[in-house]
Amino acid sequence: MLRYLASRLCIAVLMVLLATLVIFLIANMVPGDPVLTQLGDIAANNPDMVAAFRHRWGLDLPLWDRYWIFLTGLFHGDLGISIGSQRPVLEDIAQYAPATVELSTIAFLLALIVGLPLGVVAAMKRDTWIDHLARSISLVGVSAPTFWLAFVMLAVFYGALEWAPGPGQISASTFPPPTITGIMLIDAPLAGDWDTFWDAAAHLVLPSIVLAASTLGLITRTTRAAMLEALSQDYIRVARAKGLVRRSIMLGHALPNALLPVVTLGGLAYAQLLTGTVLTESIFSWPGLGRYTFQSAVRLDFPAIMGITLVVAAIYVLVNLLVDLSYAALDPRVSRR
Amino acid sequence: MHDAAEPILRVENLHTWFFTDGGVVRAVDGVSFTLHPGETLGIVGESGSGKSVTAKSIIRLLDEPARIVEGTISFRGRDMVHLSDEALREIRGAEIAMVFQDPMTSLNPVLRIGRQLVETMTAHRRFGAKAARERGVTLLRRMGMATPERAMNGWPHRFSGGMRQRVMLAMGFANEPTLLIADEPTTALDVTIQAQILDLLRELNADLGTAVILISHDLGVIADVCSRVLVMYAGEVVEEGAPEDLLSDPRHPYTWALLHAAPRLDQANDGDRRLTTIEGQPPDARDWPAGCRFRARCPFAVAKCVEHPDLLPIGEDRAARCWVTQDGATLRPPTHARAVGEARTATGVQPLLEVRALAKHFELPRDSFLEPHRILRAVDGVDFDVFPGETVGLVGESGCGKSTLARVVMRLTEPTEGRIVFDGQDITHMSQAAIRPLRRRMQMIFQDPYGSLNPRMMVGEILSGPLRLHGLVPAGGARERVRELLDLVGLPPAAAARFPHEFSGGQRQRISIARALAVEPGFIIGDEPISALDVNIQAQIINLMIGLQERLGLTYLFIAHDLAVVRHISDRIVVLYLGRVVETAPSQELFARPLHPYTNSLISAVPVPDPHLARRRRRIALQGEVPNAVDPPSGCRFRTRCPAAATRCAEETPSLTQAAPGHFVACHFPGSVTVV
Ligand SMILES: Nc1ncnc2c1ncn2[C@@H]1O[C@H](COP(=O)(O)OP(=O)(O)OP(=O)(O)O)[C@@H](O)[C@H]1O
Ligand code: SF4
Ligand code: SF4
Ligand SMILES: [Mg+2]
Repeated sequence: MLRYLASRLCIAVLMVLLATLVIFLIANMVPGDPVLTQLGDIAANNPDMVAAFRHRWGLDLPLWDRYWIFLTGLFHGDLGISIGSQRPVLEDIAQYAPATVELSTIAFLLALIVGLPLGVVAAMKRDTWIDHLARSISLVGVSAPTFWLAFVMLAVFYGALEWAPGPGQISASTFPPPTITGIMLIDAPLAGDWDTFWDAAAHLVLPSIVLAASTLGLITRTTRAAMLEALSQDYIRVARAKGLVRRSIMLGHALPNALLPVVTLGGLAYAQLLTGTVLTESIFSWPGLGRYTFQSAVRLDFPAIMGITLVVAAIYVLVNLLVDLSYAALDPRVSRR
Repeated sequence: MHDAAEPILRVENLHTWFFTDGGVVRAVDGVSFTLHPGETLGIVGESGSGKSVTAKSIIRLLDEPARIVEGTISFRGRDMVHLSDEALREIRGAEIAMVFQDPMTSLNPVLRIGRQLVETMTAHRRFGAKAARERGVTLLRRMGMATPERAMNGWPHRFSGGMRQRVMLAMGFANEPTLLIADEPTTALDVTIQAQILDLLRELNADLGTAVILISHDLGVIADVCSRVLVMYAGEVVEEGAPEDLLSDPRHPYTWALLHAAPRLDQANDGDRRLTTIEGQPPDARDWPAGCRFRARCPFAVAKCVEHPDLLPIGEDRAARCWVTQDGATLRPPTHARAVGEARTATGVQPLLEVRALAKHFELPRDSFLEPHRILRAVDGVDFDVFPGETVGLVGESGCGKSTLARVVMRLTEPTEGRIVFDGQDITHMSQAAIRPLRRRMQMIFQDPYGSLNPRMMVGEILSGPLRLHGLVPAGGARERVRELLDLVGLPPAAAARFPHEFSGGQRQRISIARALAVEPGFIIGDEPISALDVNIQAQIINLMIGLQERLGLTYLFIAHDLAVVRHISDRIVVLYLGRVVETAPSQELFARPLHPYTNSLISAVPVPDPHLARRRRRIALQGEVPNAVDPPSGCRFRTRCPAAATRCAEETPSLTQAAPGHFVACHFPGSVTVV
């Protein structure tokens, strides 16, 4: 198992490095000149200013040197300075990331906690009303467009019913707690400020439901299918012939097998949630990475884009690693040959 | 016979039907029998005759859309048909246990063996968790596992099929059931492992007094274990009795056909190699014919057979469902035209195929970056010849490298070492382009007639494909040739316009043979071509292959694990063990005087459908299983299982030496272990 872990880790690091290279090349090949977007038309017509700008941001160096600088910086925890905000990219990311992590994690947990049991029950009670309900929920979740869902949610639960607070991470009247982790749900209780905690939690409800919807649908659907597949296996017939009670056949025998495809899907879905919040964050005015990404992309802010991409790549690789490890823990055929 | 004790199980007029979209499948249609304490009852019959559905009906382990529509099943006084689900659950696994055919899929892959064994006991609250664990260890030891404590903590995928079936038996016996139902428990296993499992089953029955229902399609297996036999055909019991009576004097034509269709190790074939077959297919379960259901295929049918016969007693303690034998007639054994066979092995001619020191090693994927590749020596220095016009049989347990050898000889995979000479040409390293014209002359037939035919192509296209590939389409077009080929393998011309899935397993194998014959090859390699088929269909295909050989002068290399079949059709036999030839001899000679301990134990493991002989015969109990080909034992590779192994065997590799003309053996002490 340890050896397995070590070799997976090596692969993970290599993957991240490879990703930076690919992204670096792509970022430098896209048409569009940051000079133009940053300096504005007038300054861009002044060759001296352009040269100074290019020199300042290292844009005059050959591609490989720039990649090398980027890599050495990376090893020192330095992702460069954002052209847009003029601050270190790492600081920017550290500022925006917690909000995104908070939102995506809550959304993911929601999808998992609702989707998994729903899928299991649907498979156990196949073709009953509960199965039909589960299938409808998953169909709606997967097919409803995010922006539509977001507007409907806001219109109904904020606008009409006023059950939920509006956009934003906390109410304007609430003071944010001192930043420790940057995650409100953790920082507020740490500061002993429970009012802020509940306010932040209430603000999370709508965006996390919107973000969770399609993942919930996928997890429900996959769990149901995987359970049905497992239930059709010979070992289930054996378990029945052994006289086990229905619950232990379902949860003890079928579920551990059904979890395998769900783990793969879940990992991928979590990575997607972490990196695919642009739309939801914009609609709910969420101060997260999604918005930072959007701004940087518009400005062709290369250092920021590189930094974000690196984070995205790292998230994917890390989640994949987690998936592999949980897979190995769940399926003895993978790790214990 | 059993008047003293009350029967534990009484099945009466059982009808289990499947209500499918395509109609009502009357899988079990009026089955009755009784079972007494400690009795061993065998159920035989061809695929689809309703054996498994009968067995599953007993504990109502039926899949949708099956329903028991009529009949009663009473188990120790309880009405199983109307029992509540909870009461049924308490009987399953506790009083009636069931073991299934495929040990590879019967264990849950993500749960430890121990957990799966223990829960069988704790589910019925006879044992607490700790006691169950201890008992689990004892059970596994009783089932012949060498390290039961370790096995308890093991994962299923680490165990071989035989080991898994031992685990399944341990589960079966865990709660000391009154009845154990075993549905083809050894069909997926090698003969040697099958012999071990059957021995175990017999012992457990004797020691614990558990009644056993054993389902098999192999009369030999049934005769080996059972004291009573039911023969099923088309959802009914057609004959019932003691195995010695049924096998020496069958009273139903279907039993008669089953008995004579299988080649037997205890009967020499003197001359005519054709087997007795019955023509046609079993009837459709959605629409059983009126009258005797066997009538369309029955060689003994009389006018009265248009009426449906009942299962009636004939003679003492036996019954049959046949008008002819109920009238007191007996069924005489089939007569053969006993033309004395000539040995087809030509002497003094150049061999068609010469294989020398042939090896094929596979590099296994590494466990991780840090480890070297492990080498699996599937074939490791094999020599043999095949002469024109003869049939060479290749036998050995699974994992011995039979299929790999065939694929290397065909150059479907590259050999690692050695030399292959086909008809005087060295083809060992010939390029695929250069070998193409030779492919025409050597063809291969595979085990799985389902997987090897393209499901989207019509049979006509399948057969004309190879003709096009080799530029052999005759002037008049491929049509006529396709018709000829179909005729050759006994299929109607209309078959050309149908798809493979419209044919039965046996018919599909005929199509594969026709495809192989399309390019007029002289040499055919059959890799277990009949292993997936029912006995009667096996016999049909064997007859077909023998007939084609006589007409077209074909040469066969025939791979199979069924020794009786191999002996029946082969002129010479090559016995393979862990990638090496251990013995080779003319067929008659090999069975008359087997010299290698492995050959002897293989022969002794084959069940013969003759209870008297089965009891007299000595069984050489072979310990354990084929070792891993990654780390084969030093010296003689068979030494880890050989009853005659000595120190010399570990130090010195025995070489293949001639013991009699044409009889070669690789053993330091040939003839030290014998069955005959
Ligand atoms: N799930 C099902 N749906 C419809 N028909 C079925 C189903 N299972 C079995 N049958 C039919 O029931 C009949 C008897 O099947 P059964 O499995 O008892 O045969 P068997 O004698 O055990 O054969 P085998 O030797 O192949 O195991 C066959 O006609 C089969 O097609
Ligand atoms: S009743 Fe007639 S058709 Fe049926 S098995 Fe007997 S002889 Fe054959
Ligand atoms: S060489 Fe030794 S171990 Fe090998 S088969 Fe002969 S007697 Fe047995
Ligand atoms: Mg069956």
